[in-house]
Amino acid sequence: MGHIIAKVEKNEQETAQVSLLTFNISIPAKPGQFVMAWLPGAEEKPMSIANASPLQIAIADAGQASKKMAEMKKGETLFIRGPYGKPFSPKGKNWLMVGGGYGFAPLRFLAKEGIKKGANIQSIIGARSKKFLMQEAPGKNYFTTDDGSAGEKGNVMAALEPLLKKGKFDCICCCGPEKMMRAVALLAKKMKIPCQLSVERYMKCGFGICGHCAMGGWLSCIDGPTIEGEEALKNPHFGTLACDRAGKHVKL
Amino acid sequence: MFKYLPPRSLISSPLPPKRNFPFTPLQKKKSLLPLLSHFIFLYPAHASYISNFGHINIGNMANLSVKLCGARMKSPLVLASGIRSNNAALLIRAGEEGAGAATSKSCSLIAREGHKNPSAIEYDSYMINAIGLSNPGVEIEKKEIAYAVKNAKIPIIASVYENSPQNFAKVVKIISEAKPAIIELDASCPNVHQEGKMFSSSCEGASEVIKAVKRQVKNIPVSIKLSPNVPNIGEIAKESQRAGADCITAINTIPAMMIDVYARAPALSNKYGGLSGPAIFPAALRCVNEIRNSCTLPIIGGGGVGSGEDAAAMLMAGANAVSVGTALWKNPNAFRDINLGLENYMKKMNFEKISDIKMK
Repeated sequence: MGHIIAKVEKNEQETAQVSLLTFNISIPAKPGQFVMAWLPGAEEKPMSIANASPLQIAIADAGQASKKMAEMKKGETLFIRGPYGKPFSPKGKNWLMVGGGYGFAPLRFLAKEGIKKGANIQSIIGARSKKFLMQEAPGKNYFTTDDGSAGEKGNVMAALEPLLKKGKFDCICCCGPEKMMRAVALLAKKMKIPCQLSVERYMKCGFGICGHCAMGGWLSCIDGPTIEGEEALKNPHFGTLACDRAGKHVKL
Repeated sequence: MFKYLPPRSLISSPLPPKRNFPFTPLQKKKSLLPLLSHFIFLYPAHASYISNFGHINIGNMANLSVKLCGARMKSPLVLASGIRSNNAALLIRAGEEGAGAATSKSCSLIAREGHKNPSAIEYDSYMINAIGLSNPGVEIEKKEIAYAVKNAKIPIIASVYENSPQNFAKVVKIISEAKPAIIELDASCPNVHQEGKMFSSSCEGASEVIKAVKRQVKNIPVSIKLSPNVPNIGEIAKESQRAGADCITAINTIPAMMIDVYARAPALSNKYGGLSGPAIFPAALRCVNEIRNSCTLPIIGGGGVGSGEDAAAMLMAGANAVSVGTALWKNPNAFRDINLGLENYMKKMNFEKISDIKMK
């Protein structure tokens, strides 16, 4: 174990904020899982997997370390350990993906895998504006932007509500800002549709030891990052509190 | 390997005694179901056997309960400090998963972010970490511990650390308001008064910190967590007892380093870290045994324990309770499985209670 070496094959600018890195290796990962990615000299970060074969990671230039990773060029090396975490396990045949911002990356991976298995897939991709919109997934895609510069104006809920009224879905898979996931989970509960979310927390070890990614008694790294919507709604920290680096609870 | 000896309750019960226990730690995934269906199949008319099932096969014979510094524990297993222990909910969870007591993550007077990632990495038989004692500060930790003390069904051990005997006394005074069952001093951190040497690296250091702390708290037992990185851990334990300690916790992680040869850099951002996991188990056994041979205090013994047999060995070395930490990395159900393994071992050996587990 320890880290494995991944060399960058391609670095594409997917949105104004997100770089999609393609590597020269494949890993046995399922959609929803994550890896710990380390650029020596910078911090190691948990990254959700955008594709397993070949390995792809969508990196948002959020912090210092992610920014350095996002600027990596062909041939440069990233050190990876994992995959860790519980993957998505969608039910039935008709899946609806709901992704906010770069949260759509693991859902696109799930959609690709789902199509191979014969699932019918529709996706809602939301972002602040057109330049932050992630690329579409296989199946039917709907877009929403907060400022209306592309797709429907508003957040993902603007597209989700009419879609749920119109069509029949066996499950919803959702990844994005926690407040958005909370709204999606509440609606799914109301409509009695199974719903899975992917909850991100600050992590140190990634394999269930350090306890930093705790949401109450639930650990994002091994109990998650995917979680049933109903279970998340029962957790008083979901959508409200997260731990900072010291372990202090801070409002989201 | 062992000749199967039927537990006494089976002999006196109407059930035929000769039966190999169908779940061993190796077969843990099969769980209780095959046993249950076995009974239903063999004794369909005796439904009462099934309702008695837990009583006959698990509860009665191997009694896992222990007493540690006055606290009653349903199992000798203790969640080690720093492992999944950042908040009250996680301490409560450890109890639900089978731990007999749970230790909180060490806290200090003021909040600390800890080291940057990579701060913990797993390899085949060990883990190396330098989390860097991240904690939200004693005032916040106190509330978490108070909540856990009220709501967990197991004793809570509060772990603290500081950089001088005076600060240790201060942090202990605050945490004692949460009324934990035991206060554990993480004495493997540098002492600013002794040129940055660990408190637990010398008899004087250990004695100094215990005396300072014991002046502050009289009604809560104090345990000192010792580092294995000394030539005389027994002497330090003896001196700790003389200074007034009520318990010894051992061992802390072993100082270590890992280098990623492809990155040509230390694998941890902090360069050095602590080694834990199966690789350190024999080293831990020796330390615990040396402590047992030199002092009479109860010992929370740990370091690489991952199975029922490991726990039994730790008890034989002289521990009164067994701490489990890194085992949770490869097996999230470690508490349940180690308890089951220990129980199986006790049945094989015809031991009724934990204090029967001794070397010849």
